Amino acid sequence: MKAAFTRFARNRLALLGAIILLLVLAMASAAPALYPAGAFALAGPPLQPPGDRFLLGTDTLGRDVAAGIVYGARTSLMIGVSATLAAVLLGVLFGAVAGYYRGRLDVALMRVTELFQTIPSFILAILLVAILSPSVNSEILAIAIVSWPGIARLARGEFASLGGREFVLACAGLGAGDGRIVFRHLLPNCASPLIAVGSLLVASVILFESGLSFLGLGDPNLMSWGLMISAGREVLRSAWWICTFPGLAILATVLAINLVGDGLNEALNPRLRDR
Amino acid sequence: MRRLTYVGGRLALAVPVLFCIAVLNFFLIHLAPGDPASVMAGEGGSATPEYMAMLRHKFGLDQSLPMQLWHYVTNVATFDLGYSFRNDEPVLNLILDRLGPTLLLMVTAFVISVSVGTLLGLLAGTGRNTWRDGASSVLALLASATPSFWLGLMLIVLFSIRLGWLPTSGFETIGSFYEGRAYALDVGRHLIMPALSLALFYLALYTRVMRASVIEQTNMDYVTTARAKGQTERGILFGHILRNALLPVITMAGVQAGNLIGGSVVVESVFGWPGIGTLAFSALQGRDLNLLLGIFLVSACVVVVINLVVDLAYITLDPRMDV
Amino acid sequence: MNDGSFFSPPVLSIEGLSIALPDGADRAHAVDRFNLTLRPGEITCLVGESGSGKSMVARSILGLLPPRVRITAGALRFGATDIAQANEAQLRAIRGLEIGMVFQEPMTALNPLHRVGHQVDEVLRLHTDLSRRARRERVVQLLADVNLPDPERLYRAYPHQLSGGQRQRVVIAMALAMRPKLLIADEPTTALDVTTQAQILAQLRELQRDRDMSVLFITHDFGVVAEIADRVAVLQRGQLVEEGRRDDVLRNPSHAYTRSLLAAVPRLRVPSRPANTPGVQILEACNLKKTYARRGFRGRATMALDDVSVLLRRGETLGLVGESGSGKSTLARVLTCLAPADSGDVLLDGEQLAYLTRRQLRPYRKRVQMVFQDPYASLDPRQSVGDIIAEGPMIHGASRAAAKARVTELLELVGLSAAAAARYPHEFSGGQRQRIGIARALALEPEVLVADEPVSALDVSVQAQVLKLLADIKHKLDLSMLFVTHDLRVALQVCDRIAVMRAGRIVEIGDAAAIHAAPSHPYTRELFAAVPGAMWEQSHAAEPVV
Repeated sequence: MKAAFTRFARNRLALLGAIILLLVLAMASAAPALYPAGAFALAGPPLQPPGDRFLLGTDTLGRDVAAGIVYGARTSLMIGVSATLAAVLLGVLFGAVAGYYRGRLDVALMRVTELFQTIPSFILAILLVAILSPSVNSEILAIAIVSWPGIARLARGEFASLGGREFVLACAGLGAGDGRIVFRHLLPNCASPLIAVGSLLVASVILFESGLSFLGLGDPNLMSWGLMISAGREVLRSAWWICTFPGLAILATVLAINLVGDGLNEALNPRLRDR
Repeated sequence: MRRLTYVGGRLALAVPVLFCIAVLNFFLIHLAPGDPASVMAGEGGSATPEYMAMLRHKFGLDQSLPMQLWHYVTNVATFDLGYSFRNDEPVLNLILDRLGPTLLLMVTAFVISVSVGTLLGLLAGTGRNTWRDGASSVLALLASATPSFWLGLMLIVLFSIRLGWLPTSGFETIGSFYEGRAYALDVGRHLIMPALSLALFYLALYTRVMRASVIEQTNMDYVTTARAKGQTERGILFGHILRNALLPVITMAGVQAGNLIGGSVVVESVFGWPGIGTLAFSALQGRDLNLLLGIFLVSACVVVVINLVVDLAYITLDPRMDV
Repeated sequence: MNDGSFFSPPVLSIEGLSIALPDGADRAHAVDRFNLTLRPGEITCLVGESGSGKSMVARSILGLLPPRVRITAGALRFGATDIAQANEAQLRAIRGLEIGMVFQEPMTALNPLHRVGHQVDEVLRLHTDLSRRARRERVVQLLADVNLPDPERLYRAYPHQLSGGQRQRVVIAMALAMRPKLLIADEPTTALDVTTQAQILAQLRELQRDRDMSVLFITHDFGVVAEIADRVAVLQRGQLVEEGRRDDVLRNPSHAYTRSLLAAVPRLRVPSRPANTPGVQILEACNLKKTYARRGFRGRATMALDDVSVLLRRGETLGLVGESGSGKSTLARVLTCLAPADSGDVLLDGEQLAYLTRRQLRPYRKRVQMVFQDPYASLDPRQSVGDIIAEGPMIHGASRAAAKARVTELLELVGLSAAAAARYPHEFSGGQRQRIGIARALALEPEVLVADEPVSALDVSVQAQVLKLLADIKHKLDLSMLFVTHDLRVALQVCDRIAVMRAGRIVEIGDAAAIHAAPSHPYTRELFAAVPGAMWEQSHAAEPVV
């Protein structure tokens, strides 16, 4: 573990990503302190360009764009982490069981993941959120439902390939039960690729969520970057800043998470140096 | 001949998939709050009481759940996807009208992302740790983090608003009756930005996959064998590495087909592209659930066909797939 | 052997070759000031254990060193050219045309997407101006020269449709297509079955005689040296320690390292052992059948065990000998209850085990334990050595303190220090990991030890140590042992009785000495004949061995 940490620290891009991510986190947690009135509050005259008074300008209703960015970070991060956790838990559970026991369960899981691969996941998510009416919970649920098959597939692959290794066979030979084999031996060896994929999943969840809120399916009580972009569409010609800054925020956050995820992958699964 | 039986077999396998989707649709309808009939009729509110009664009868809403499922599935199988009141047309017709532009957009984006992606990946994989590798890595990183709808808007700001080179939205210039080549050019000018917005994310993905694949193949034993025969580096790259390296990219392209059509929903709505994505967007706004479900089903069919094409390409390239 | 060649100019002259390894390798140079002369018409074997640098020498001759490994000194004189200084264009002119190379892994040496004929044809395309039709005729002829069946049809086959031996023949055909002066063979038979190996060695010798070609043959197996070499060079950690004619080196090695290596090589004879009166049977297989379902759409079902019955007596070592696919490993696993059988039964001291549930089986686990083949895959990389060994006793209820004491006891028994318990598997060598595996197996105090090719992945000197360890332990703890191996020499050395397996059946079983003196089944005879160096040993059997 310590070796992995040093490897990560030596990766400059990963460090950059980590720094950006920490800034976003700091910004998100400081939101109530920075803008106590909230992101929906009318802070000034509408359509003000970025300047001294409003760092990033105001939108069509006079809301502070900067406040929107900061509160949007909270939304994105919260949904990102929650949906990812749910998808990973569900995916690892099913994938591990299928990969370890094989047989009919495995075949069934494979069919399900194939089915989900054929379904356009974004459209399914839209359907789910529309039906359950837009809210944070429906968003998290919809994204988790759409994302877990990919994780399950990966987990199943890892467990299936590890399960055939000789050290697992040796444990069975010692009389170890399933629980011991799975938790003491398989999971620790699988953890690395799963952690890496999980962290990259957060990034794609945030992109997904921004798409959903752009279409108007976000929680109406929460400010989100996608929502800001869609609100700014009308005045694209004259007030470019309303669309631009939220998009840059999405880009920066997703980029940071991707860099960190890649760094984790390199650190936890060191391949030979001829990369 | 064996290819034909393979295709036939795969199409046959598609039927249970579509069945599952129809069943899924059914459960989504029942998940929605309220009377399923009003859900099916659409919340336009313009459904007449007679029509609602007819719907209830047709879908057997007074009967048991399994019977209702049966009714729904048989309707779907006979291509009856319901009626959209907001648009005053059967759902299937609505969708089929709009399918063309979406397919055009998807195919263009697919071609751009795969071709440019593999090219960049090849450049990066063969020029490891040179500027080629670094530059394409940076490009791929940025492209993977950019939301497609925002990219579309920024492209509009730059190329339509500031520079005035390209039109802001739509499929063609309305009111101009272009013919033949001029028409194609006109559509092309409208197509460029939406296609780029949709393609960029996947372009980055294929670049990364291709790069990793090229590096992996370069370390394979058969490359050393080829070198020991006296083959040139160029001969090794194009005669040996390239085809082997393409295989994972093709697999990935098949996997992404579903995401590509989902992505077209947002891109089309940004550019007012008259495809099923915009249709979905307006269905959303009008809470026309029936139309949305129909779009879901049809887009799944499109994905099945794309997967089949991709699989055929794969088995053409890889003789180990014993078909 | 060609004595007149001594006076003709050498084909390749390696002078003072030094190859540097990248930082972080276990030594600075792969080879250091290495000298060797290859003469026309001779087969020179370069022998060494893993990590001796022999592969690097082979690759450097064609400029095929891996990235960041470089020649830092010396010359490789091939005719008028010094290969060490040659540029890419010069190297390309030599590769495939003047010098051909055959590699170790036949399964990955060919491009899976191109037809076999196309790949052999590539050599001709690169070095000749022949028309397509002329090339095709040549290729078919080349395939026939290496005794591949039905060359016309094989031309259009893909590599995955060929066996390992067949693929290796294709690679040989490619290497010899332009009739090069020198053939470099880097462990070309190591990955093949012993009978296939014998065929390929014979093939190579025949081709070499026909073309009066010089061959540099890299190997770790002295049996192969005895089989085909004219001259021998011995490499130890990058240094050339001995070089000379085969018979001289094998009978009168001058360097201590060569002597120790030769002493470690198992001979094709049964060592004199105190007579072992085996007791009653302890482990028995009764009519075991196991089939592996067919893979994919068109595969065939494979019968891994076809009605196998065998019994192991108390106190004896029974060998299961066979090539890959014979079912020996499957039988070992079924007997250890690590794999299920389709029908038949496994009896331990008369009690039926094959169909017990996992819970019911648990107490029996203590009595039969397995040592695995791959030292790198048989230990959990995330567990410390102490935990690995202690796991067995703790599963069966031992306290942590008791288990810990047992770990120390066992580590000492297998010749490792007690401090090893805190370290992790990746810090140990292959031979040490096998010792850890043995310690783990002994932790539960079993009565039967099943060793599944325990030394196949080890260097020959380490192999001898581990085999000695197993023999000592068996004697000390009064164990019965089932020993699975593909190497008849090892089987003769270690086993009291031998069962020869082929295609899921036992074709012959009997005392080691009896089988060695007079094998009755034709397959057994084939196996004995295929042992590399068998002929040489027989002809020199009367001489005193160093």
